[in-house]
Amino acid sequence: MTESTTDPARQDLDPHALATAPAPATSFPQDRGCPYHPPAGYAPLRRERPLSRVTLFDGRTVWAVTGHALARRLLADPRLSSDRGHPDFPIPAQRFANAQRRRVALLGVDDPEHNTQRRMLIPAFSVKRIGALRPRIQETVDRLLDAMERQGPPAELVSAFALPVPSMVICALLGVPYADHAFFEERSQRLLRGPGAGDVDRARGELEEYLGALIDRKRSEPGDGLLDELIHRDHPDGPVDREQLVAFAVILLIAGHETTANMISLGTFTLLRHPEQLAALRAGGTTTAVVVEELLRFLSIADGLQRLAIEDLEVDGATIRKGEGVVFSTSLINRDTEVFPGADTLDWDRSARHHLAFGFGIHQCLGQNLARAELEIAMRTLFERLPGLRLAVPAQEILHKPGDTIQGLLELPVAW
Amino acid sequence: MSGVGVQVDKERCVGAGMCALTAPDVFTQDDDGLSEVLPGRESTTGTHPLVGEAVRACPVGAVALSSD
Repeated sequence: MTESTTDPARQDLDPHALATAPAPATSFPQDRGCPYHPPAGYAPLRRERPLSRVTLFDGRTVWAVTGHALARRLLADPRLSSDRGHPDFPIPAQRFANAQRRRVALLGVDDPEHNTQRRMLIPAFSVKRIGALRPRIQETVDRLLDAMERQGPPAELVSAFALPVPSMVICALLGVPYADHAFFEERSQRLLRGPGAGDVDRARGELEEYLGALIDRKRSEPGDGLLDELIHRDHPDGPVDREQLVAFAVILLIAGHETTANMISLGTFTLLRHPEQLAALRAGGTTTAVVVEELLRFLSIADGLQRLAIEDLEVDGATIRKGEGVVFSTSLINRDTEVFPGADTLDWDRSARHHLAFGFGIHQCLGQNLARAELEIAMRTLFERLPGLRLAVPAQEILHKPGDTIQGLLELPVAW
Repeated sequence: MSGVGVQVDKERCVGAGMCALTAPDVFTQDDDGLSEVLPGRESTTGTHPLVGEAVRACPVGAVALSSD
């Protein structure tokens, strides 16, 4: 524990009072320097593991959890709320300031409401149902690589492969027409990255309007996606109302394509920057499933999960008080050397199984087995079909996303 | 608790599928996406190499081993 965590001034929730507090805490989140390593500016947080104080963009001081065991304990603790509608819920950037007025399904609500919502969706994401989707994922991957080979080299891998793979798959799963992908991909990106609060709000509004109209159309013209199942479900609790359906559609569509797209682009870049590990994979020294799990740990693209304390909690001699924010830095949690020795090294021989890249507790990623299937098929097929895959520009020229959103690459020019 | 073996608390289960993924010869998921122990595997104990891993992998503590 550091001095700063016991400083009584830091217990104050008034952001104006905090601005005058001594000993500035590390700011959070920060942009990564190297796209696959945690920001160098998080060094103090590594030293203070498992718990630190950090400052958000608005000067508010919150707790940052960086230790693996503590993260497992706190992410499973119902005294830390996910209710994004709460006025004190911590946000990572100014552009999300208005977003709290809107309901966010699943990841933005607590039990029992969360449990009711999640149970409507989990049958569609079971290991068995995702297994049945594998041939369709493989076909999608093959088709995209066919097109890339016809037109290149070179190619821009994000737009030619990393984004369309999960986008096509989630469209098929939900029953959203992929023909509209340019529309919803652009809105999803604006919703996550702004730049302004107005951009985020407008993007969400346009997505809700689009998905609402799609749902209305599906009532008279049923298709065979998850949205159709929910619209026409025969359940003792009755049908799902329109507002809930739209909220589900928004979150599943965004979470279903943005996250996996980032893992494919950043995972590919990481492998190309680790020739020894890539050679081991190509030589059959490991399996793609092992590689995907270690990449999930190493990259931790959803870096900074937020919670709000709704009761006081005693934690390792510190007290997290009711009304205080808590952020979980998954990139540091997944590099806790007590659980992952030599954590800064990409290592196929370790067990990465217990990483928290998908979170932990009741909100652990609903689509994680879909993501694993997509990543395994996409990465295996990409490197099998293009054994000469390489960066088409110097690594330093490849731009990645800012620290206050899901981590990934903006573009990835490749040749083969 | 009822005897020695492994159990899944379906009330707690959130359908992450970690147990079925970790130890597929012991756990499966029902039609609602909730985990359950495969028929005939209820008496599986901690000596199974992956059951302990599955207990630890469950994000909500729904998988438990009882030894008494």
